[in-house]
Amino acid sequence: MNAGDTVFVLLSAALVMFMTPGLALFYGGLVRNKNVLGTIMQSFILLGLITLEWVMIGYSMSFGPDIGGIIGNLDWFALSGVGMEPSESYGTTIPHLAFMIFQCMFAIITPALITGAFAERIKFSAFILFSLLWAILVYNPLCHWAWGGGWMGKMGALDFAGGTVVHISSGAAAFIAALVTGKRKGFGITQYIPHNLPMAITGAALLWFGWFGFNAGSALSCSGLAANAFVVTHISASAAALAWVSAEWIHSGKPTTLGAASGAVAGLVAITPACGYVGPVSAIIIGLVAGALCFCGVMLKSRFGYDDSLDVVGIHGLGGIWGALATGLFASVAINPAGANGLFFGNPGQLWIQFISVIGTIAFSFFMTFIILKVVDLIIGLRVSIEDEERGLDISLHNETGYN
Amino acid sequence: MKKLEVIIKSFKLDDVKEGLSAIGIKGLTVSEVKGFGRQRGHKEIYRGAEYQVDFVPKIKLEVVMETELVNEAVKVILDKATTGQIGDGKIFILPVDEVIRIRTGEKGKNAI
Repeated sequence: MNAGDTVFVLLSAALVMFMTPGLALFYGGLVRNKNVLGTIMQSFILLGLITLEWVMIGYSMSFGPDIGGIIGNLDWFALSGVGMEPSESYGTTIPHLAFMIFQCMFAIITPALITGAFAERIKFSAFILFSLLWAILVYNPLCHWAWGGGWMGKMGALDFAGGTVVHISSGAAAFIAALVTGKRKGFGITQYIPHNLPMAITGAALLWFGWFGFNAGSALSCSGLAANAFVVTHISASAAALAWVSAEWIHSGKPTTLGAASGAVAGLVAITPACGYVGPVSAIIIGLVAGALCFCGVMLKSRFGYDDSLDVVGIHGLGGIWGALATGLFASVAINPAGANGLFFGNPGQLWIQFISVIGTIAFSFFMTFIILKVVDLIIGLRVSIEDEERGLDISLHNETGYN
Repeated sequence: MKKLEVIIKSFKLDDVKEGLSAIGIKGLTVSEVKGFGRQRGHKEIYRGAEYQVDFVPKIKLEVVMETELVNEAVKVILDKATTGQIGDGKIFILPVDEVIRIRTGEKGKNAI
């Protein structure tokens, strides 16, 4: 056991925890003021809900002893056998509990990301049931596939900190969620202007800050690899913020704060799977492309006419796909001997493996999310009443208002 | 006595206030208002999506004065509040029946 590694992973876990309230502010600022609390609640309450799910069964399903490359068994139900000693397979220099709680924070933020797709219109009860089912039936298997000894990891797919597990999975789910939930009342007529951009920018800043724990912490050691992940994460976010703002400056004539924040998040998403395998120059390219690509994706949304309210698909879905593929382009064993070379370093096969992992994740998330939403709609009903939607979720679902 | 209701661009408030003080206006009321005229609102862009905002923020001044002062006051306002761009605002002139100072009960000219 290594004290430095343990400190690093525990602090990283705390940083990642902070991303969920950060996301709450990011999303909260982007909705109308009558829905600010409802939106914040959808992230915040997952700290409670998913933590218990993770401790009881989620961790065991994700990282427990493998069943056929598909899922972990329940040997570690309620953390039995997960203790202060290191595990045999994960983070072998830190207490098993430290690895478990670090991963717990990832499990929490992933369903929280999806909430941007059905913001301002879903029942709280339906949301809770959906998130619980999604965590169990989508997140845990995907996490197992990539990191817990499942088929994706065995195939050689590279995902350092959660490009497929966290971002593609939530982005794909968001697409289905926006379609199944339907458009907000007055879509196309009502103006859904963000009610508090300073709050949204604060949230984006917290995400950026927490992301250092997310990516560098995924090295699971206080090492050069962690430093590399930290540096390329920061570089990609910076490059993507510049790229998004430049693209919108050219396209719409003005650079915006929301554009800078959105671009930074897009860059953070894209570097996530790659951060342990690519160097600084690659990170610049990954970030620049992420910023420009996600801007275009968000712009195209209006053509398709679905109401992904806070652009989860355009940023996490598209950014995640680009990041996973970019890992297959830019990965280099010079950065991480445990990884593989990408296309640009003489190994075109890696790009194909990354492509399979992307398609596998999207297909699985699409299919399962659709079924879960239909089941929840049948049992509870997804949407609040038109009257409640008009009054806003804050007062109709929570008996509170954000501003008095 | 007349009351002037004046809609102006927000950044012109200080100039107009000083101009009016200089010709002997002793008090006025200011509100932040929103509205539209021929300028027809403005455009806002969030993540590339354009929103037409129908109501533009403006400043409304309300100032009561003796009838003799009106022409001069209008001249000052025109001088101080004009930019030449659309959205410079309007002046409305209304008759006032009576003015009463609450503290003393004074009426008419003395109460202005």
